[in-house]
Amino acid sequence: MRIGVVTFPGSLDDRDAQRAVRLAGGEPVPLWHGSHDLEGVDAIVLPGGFSYGDYLRCGAIAARSPIMSEVIDAANAGLPVLGICNGFQILVEAHLLPGGLIRNDHGSFVCRDQVLRVENASTAWTNGFAEGQEITIPLKNGEGGFIASAEDLKRLEGEGLVAFRYVGVNPNGSLDDIAGLTNPRGNVVGLMPHPEHASEPGFGPDTPAAMRSGVDGLTFFTSVLAHRMAAA
Amino acid sequence: MPTIVVDVMPKAELLDPAGKAVAGALHRLGDTAFSGVRIGKRFELTVDGEVTDAVLARARELASEMLSNSVIEDVIAVSVDE
Amino acid sequence: MSTPVVDSVSNAAATPGKEQPYEALGLKPDEYARIRELLGRRPTSGELAMYSVMWSEHCSYKSSKVHLRQFGQKVSPEMTKNLMVGMGENAGVVDIGEGWAVTFKIESHNHPSYIEPFQGAATGVGGIVRDIISMGARPVAVMDALRFGALGDPDTARVVHGVVGGISFYGNCLGLPNIGGETRFDPVYQANPLVNALAVGVLRHEDLHLANARGVGNKVVLFGARTGGDGIGGASILASDTFSEGGPTKRPAVQVGDPFAEKVLIECCLELFAGGLVEGIQDLGAAGISCATSELASNGDGGMRISLDEVLLRDPTLTAEEILMSESQERMMAIVQPSKLEGFLAVTKKWDVETSVLGEVTDTGRLVIDWRGETIVDVDPRTVAVDGPVYERPVAYPAWLDQMQENSAATLPRPADGAGLRKDLLHLVNSANIADTSWVTSQYDKYVLGNTALSYPDDGGMVRVDERSGLGFALATDANGRYCYLDPYAGAQLALAEAYRNVAVTGATPVAVSDCLNFGSPENPEVMWQFSRAVEGLADGCLALGIPVTGGNVSFYNQTGDVPIHPTPVVAVLGTIDDVGRRVPSGWQDAGDNLYLLGATALELDGSAWAGVVHGHLGGRPPAVDLGREKALAGLLAAGAHEGLFNAAHDLSDGGLGVALVEGCLRFGVGARIFLDELLERDGIDLATALFSETGGRAIVAVPREEDVKFTRLCEGRGYPVLRIGVTDAGPASGAALDVQGAFSIPLDELGAAHRAPLREAFGA
Repeated sequence: MRIGVVTFPGSLDDRDAQRAVRLAGGEPVPLWHGSHDLEGVDAIVLPGGFSYGDYLRCGAIAARSPIMSEVIDAANAGLPVLGICNGFQILVEAHLLPGGLIRNDHGSFVCRDQVLRVENASTAWTNGFAEGQEITIPLKNGEGGFIASAEDLKRLEGEGLVAFRYVGVNPNGSLDDIAGLTNPRGNVVGLMPHPEHASEPGFGPDTPAAMRSGVDGLTFFTSVLAHRMAAA
Repeated sequence: MPTIVVDVMPKAELLDPAGKAVAGALHRLGDTAFSGVRIGKRFELTVDGEVTDAVLARARELASEMLSNSVIEDVIAVSVDE
Repeated sequence: MSTPVVDSVSNAAATPGKEQPYEALGLKPDEYARIRELLGRRPTSGELAMYSVMWSEHCSYKSSKVHLRQFGQKVSPEMTKNLMVGMGENAGVVDIGEGWAVTFKIESHNHPSYIEPFQGAATGVGGIVRDIISMGARPVAVMDALRFGALGDPDTARVVHGVVGGISFYGNCLGLPNIGGETRFDPVYQANPLVNALAVGVLRHEDLHLANARGVGNKVVLFGARTGGDGIGGASILASDTFSEGGPTKRPAVQVGDPFAEKVLIECCLELFAGGLVEGIQDLGAAGISCATSELASNGDGGMRISLDEVLLRDPTLTAEEILMSESQERMMAIVQPSKLEGFLAVTKKWDVETSVLGEVTDTGRLVIDWRGETIVDVDPRTVAVDGPVYERPVAYPAWLDQMQENSAATLPRPADGAGLRKDLLHLVNSANIADTSWVTSQYDKYVLGNTALSYPDDGGMVRVDERSGLGFALATDANGRYCYLDPYAGAQLALAEAYRNVAVTGATPVAVSDCLNFGSPENPEVMWQFSRAVEGLADGCLALGIPVTGGNVSFYNQTGDVPIHPTPVVAVLGTIDDVGRRVPSGWQDAGDNLYLLGATALELDGSAWAGVVHGHLGGRPPAVDLGREKALAGLLAAGAHEGLFNAAHDLSDGGLGVALVEGCLRFGVGARIFLDELLERDGIDLATALFSETGGRAIVAVPREEDVKFTRLCEGRGYPVLRIGVTDAGPASGAALDVQGAFSIPLDELGAAHRAPLREAFGA
């Protein structure tokens, strides 16, 4: 299975996403923002970072880059797309997911090991989890506060489109503790925390068992491989 | 209620990374009518009551001392928006 | 506005009597006279601009050079064995094996960070990272050593928010993990914070690049951000001199950083290196084009001819002098073979990095710069970059020092009962310099790049270099201004010893040093004495430990009002580890491990955290330095880590054993039961001394029971003092505690709350 990872100018966690794909047993395919070619990949990851410095609105300029027109078409046709942090912001700016992400309510960038609850375990990227499962994934962002209109929120909750919720601490003031979303079809998922940073033993978050041993994020990538395998 | 509007811009001599990034995006998207972009801040101070000279003076003071950083920014305008 | 008058070389020769504002540019009359002598005429205003910035203290090291030479003189073969590039280049390079090399450097950005804390600190990170890129390396991590004024002072909050925000903004946006460093508070830094930024990069041996301009006919290429009016406050004097009325307003003295531009520049440079498209490269930092051209030419074939008209400008009104001095960020200068220029430009175009060819390398031995059809600079580049003035500044033993040293903390009342000891320990844990700094470090990304093996709050940061073998490096920075104030020679060695020990406890072997020497004014003979003693201490210390200083930076004129800061030589030690999987954290991970104290404890409370926090006392002589002991301890720790004998290892420093125990407990929330009777008896000390003395050469290790025999044998074999002082303990259901038997017990919840409170209360949740 070939999983594309798009590099935009200012992408930072693109190599880490590629590593996580490899650790999950997939083949990472680097994709370039300026190209219109998705190279026939089976799924796409929009990685974390500060595309174009995120000086305008986070993800706003990247969402209008050449490759995104192909990504949007492919996503609408059902190709699995995962947006991580800046990737989530890009998905929102591209209107593949609703709402917006604004400056953290406390005003500062925050890096922490964050507990999440999996609210929807039937998407392409979360089928390896159990609904209600609590997982620990590093979070690191300055503009991760999720906002949406009351109407949108109601729809998200009502249709089960909230994929992840913060547990214990709401690190950025997100409404309804929302950490990540899915589209109704379940192929497009976006979240602020970074599953690729909880994919390799020794380099993930601390767990009660051992320091830096958390690999809950790997399941995102094994999930999409299983999803595509089942579809094939 | 009356509002005092304060406009703050990055100093003209200094780099404005945000403006530069947006200008670059416009250029890539094929917009050639605009040669540059600069991004500043707009503050709206809602006044409780009348905008007296004292209130306006205080707003000017705040604009230069707190709302802007005189090392890297200039206050462009302080105006009353009734 | 009238047209600027170009002060050409011929104009300068024709108008020898023209008055020049050299003093306003910071040049002394004899320095100006020397420039005239070197040129055989008066300098043009462009030349004056170049000489004035390059001969400044910051760029020329004119006051420190005679002392810094020791780092090159006091070397042993052991020290140069793995050194690929030593002092004098942008950053030192160390061979770490398997074909890999590491380059690292720490540099100050103190004064800009006081004027504009956010941008000052941000551009500090940006500058040091460009030094690393210009060695041909991929930057892989950053660290910061920060000193601020008193925690409770309102202005401290302003500076802290700005500096931490700036580092967070720039470093995070650059995608470099922040793996550690230090944050300290002391009124001596009130109007002069220290912002010392460290960057580290990795490269394959064959990718090494140097800053030199060789090969006649090779192109001189400027790329990256455009040149604007940033950071050229000084040059405006020249501007007003060369402009007639209605000239530009005074230019700002600060620079604005664009981390996105720098991130793109990193990727662009790495692609240029990989394509073999670059002969020599230099970043543009202080003194901008003046520095880059004169240094590249000096280090190469000696000649260069460029045209300033080719420099891409953000502001077309800039004068030639301003272009020469601009400190606009995110720029690099490369030397490129003509046949490779096309390939070079293709890469910069791919990354949307603006590029212009300024000129070429010559063999004339002259740096010639043209502007608007006239030659405005014609100098021997070595006179600008290398052979600047050198001063043997007067030194004077400080008049106050003897009295200060006689005032020992040994006479302060020490608590003898459990309640008093408990109170003092909590007081320490709740004090500004021992408190938890996660308010700062949680604003930094430690995960990006996926190779961070250790970071704050462990004693050192550790990064994997090779994903297959696990080869990696560890880094720690330390400085204790209080010790250096009491004895700069010993203080500098203690900083070195502590950084060395902090690397050793992670399981790595220390191999190299970078330093950032922060002092008061060199024109103050007492400060100059402090500086000379600190450098001597550091050079002697490195020789004793067998690890070289590979580079660094000197920052003078750090003072609050007329009062110089405490001498603060920040020492960064780099270590290597063949598999980061064997790293050791600084706190206990499991209950039931035996805790051993390595090293002996003496009554050494002078300059200690206990004396400062509990008694507001600073006097006496800092702890004795024994570098042989440090070396033996590091060897023991490396051997134990290699055999996997440790579940934790933590260095003893500020606050002594008491604070080390607290930190060991809080790291993973595992408590400890401690019994110190044997220690008191063996070392002939009281309980307060055991808990708060800051004797060097000590560490605590947590050893799982099954490794006990092996560990004891290891210590015996090496003859290092060792004593079992307790056991790690999950504690009762009510929660873990630090229990010092026969004295006190403190629940970890209480310790944690006291530890977290100071920074959070001062700066917000």
